[in-house]
Amino acid sequence: MPAIFAEKVMVMQLSRSQKLEGYRRMLRIRRFEEEGMRLFEGGKIPGFFHASVGQEAAIVGACLALRDDDTMTGTHRSHGHPIGKGAHLNALMAELMGKEGGICKGRGGSMHFADSSVGIISESGIVGGGIPLATGCAFSAKLRGADQVTLCFLGDGAVNQGTFHESLNMASLWKLPVIYLCENNGYAITTSVAQSHGQPNIALRAMGFGMPGVTVDGQNLSAVYEVTTTAVTCARAGEGPTLIVADTYRFDEHNFGLAIPGEPYRTAEEVEAYKRDRDPLVIYRTVLIEEGISEETLSSIEDEVLEAIKQAVEFGLESPPPRSETLSDYMFNLFSAGHRSFLAAVKRADRHAN
Amino acid sequence: MQTDAQKLATAPSPHTQMTYLEAIVQAQVEEMDRDERVVLLGEDVSIYGGGRLLQRFGNNRVWNVPISEGGFTGLAIGAAISGLRPIVDLSTASFVYLASDQIINQASKLRYMTGGQIDIPIVFRCFMYSAASMAAQHSDRPYPLFMNVPGLKIISPTSPADIKGLMKAAIRDGNPVLVFEDASLWSLKGDVPTNPDDLIPIGKADVKHAGKDVTLVAIAGAIRPTMKAVDALAEEGISVEVVDPRTLKPLDCQTIKTSLAETGRLVIVENAHRVCNVGSEIAAVVAEEAFHLLKRPILRVCAPDIHVPFSPALEKGFFPTRDHIIAAVRHLF
Repeated sequence: MPAIFAEKVMVMQLSRSQKLEGYRRMLRIRRFEEEGMRLFEGGKIPGFFHASVGQEAAIVGACLALRDDDTMTGTHRSHGHPIGKGAHLNALMAELMGKEGGICKGRGGSMHFADSSVGIISESGIVGGGIPLATGCAFSAKLRGADQVTLCFLGDGAVNQGTFHESLNMASLWKLPVIYLCENNGYAITTSVAQSHGQPNIALRAMGFGMPGVTVDGQNLSAVYEVTTTAVTCARAGEGPTLIVADTYRFDEHNFGLAIPGEPYRTAEEVEAYKRDRDPLVIYRTVLIEEGISEETLSSIEDEVLEAIKQAVEFGLESPPPRSETLSDYMFNLFSAGHRSFLAAVKRADRHAN
Repeated sequence: MQTDAQKLATAPSPHTQMTYLEAIVQAQVEEMDRDERVVLLGEDVSIYGGGRLLQRFGNNRVWNVPISEGGFTGLAIGAAISGLRPIVDLSTASFVYLASDQIINQASKLRYMTGGQIDIPIVFRCFMYSAASMAAQHSDRPYPLFMNVPGLKIISPTSPADIKGLMKAAIRDGNPVLVFEDASLWSLKGDVPTNPDDLIPIGKADVKHAGKDVTLVAIAGAIRPTMKAVDALAEEGISVEVVDPRTLKPLDCQTIKTSLAETGRLVIVENAHRVCNVGSEIAAVVAEEAFHLLKRPILRVCAPDIHVPFSPALEKGFFPTRDHIIAAVRHLF
């Protein structure tokens, strides 16, 4: 961790209710993905399915550091991001199924879970494609004099895209309020960081752009929260961007059902060790129990999450498919010089409903 | 058919003479005055073209950007999604390829892919050289590539009044609009309305010269040799109607078909390479929808499927000339 950033890292303790919310959101991601994979196997979900199982703490820890009106962009592994920011599950599940009630009206699907109700402007299926957009979102906030920050999720693979380098340069140059959070799960599909990065310490790349770069244990929700909170505080104060590398692990294959021909790119022992010793949900549940949170409290959250997933599946299955005559809907904004108020869309009272 | 110039002659609103380039700057000044969300980004933009804008609006509205076409184009798209209405000056059209992933994969698609949750009000400007010894990497006409992308609007006006009115419409449009300016038109002078709310709708062609024997559809910079050919052909007794689509997408094929109903002959003139260019699309639409109006086969006069050469000796005659156009028209009689 660079000294200048280390000095700033604030000991921002999560409140009891935030801790429970952190556990709830991680669990919502986990159960959503598990149910999604079951539905995918059952033929209810078309296309690709990229699960965030194993990466929940990196996502939720960062999201908890944001205000409701802060904005985000995500990646093709997109399901966790809106859930991490507090989105409803119903429209997300319906979107996976390609239904009319989907958050993107069946136009986006698994890789593109943009939910503007929680401030997500896009999730890019093109690796690295969303990084300039996040940077532009922060640019807009700066010009408008708003104190919003933008959290940009990206993967270790995206670090090697030109968009990463061009964006970090501009963000540093103009001191934009953006936090780049690299979910470093170690593999770009099957290619490891060691096989594809001249400098495998990704956080060091930030130095070349004149911004702090910091590596954090991405399986530890509190650690991710603390580092992100510091970065958010700096960004809001006009001190510019931070690159955070959250070291994490993808428990499932790149996408569900992906066949890997030839030699395995990671060993079964490695995967099992992560699942056994580094499961962010198990780790955090243990912490909460140690801190005196009761079994009953956690069990009730677990029951509540299962019920929310059940309702989301019902909603998705009941939602009709989009009608073919709506094919061209949403291509163009038909109102000249009109502009939807993005801020208005972010405000929502029932954030933690289903 | 009445041309825009004829309509302007009787219009009560005041006009002033200016060049095509001055009209572009004026369109931007007026729109930046009108709407503080309009911001300008481009390489060296504070020095070239935008100097007046920088003085007037300051450096929070006019941004010199690093040489990162993909990066700053994506940045502007993100800004458009979140409350601004950026104009991105990509300068030479050949550089648009560097920005094309962001324009195509993000700007053109995200409104649709999010089920209309976001809007992307953004304008991408670029200019095209021809016969200027710039060689192949500074002489492209990439607009046919972008015509194959749903979700984009594309304009390429040819007169000072048209660029001002259409540029303003583009800035007020709520969608991504690409503006392709032919650099050979920049110095062209003409009457331009001074009313800042005088817009020209995107998607509407204009008849630049009325005639009855043959329809010449002139795309972008091809208007100049086309208009030169009109007078020479008139001396031969051939009355030419010149249709300028002004907007390449959505293309106003109705105006072309209306003209064709009178003339029965169609020649499409453009500086883009021959394969899958605007002329290809117009020819296809006419063949599908107005074949019965054709007395003779459709002809296209355009650049060959060869890269634009550097040497003036090779570049001379590479793009359609007055003589090429005259020869093509004669072929139809």
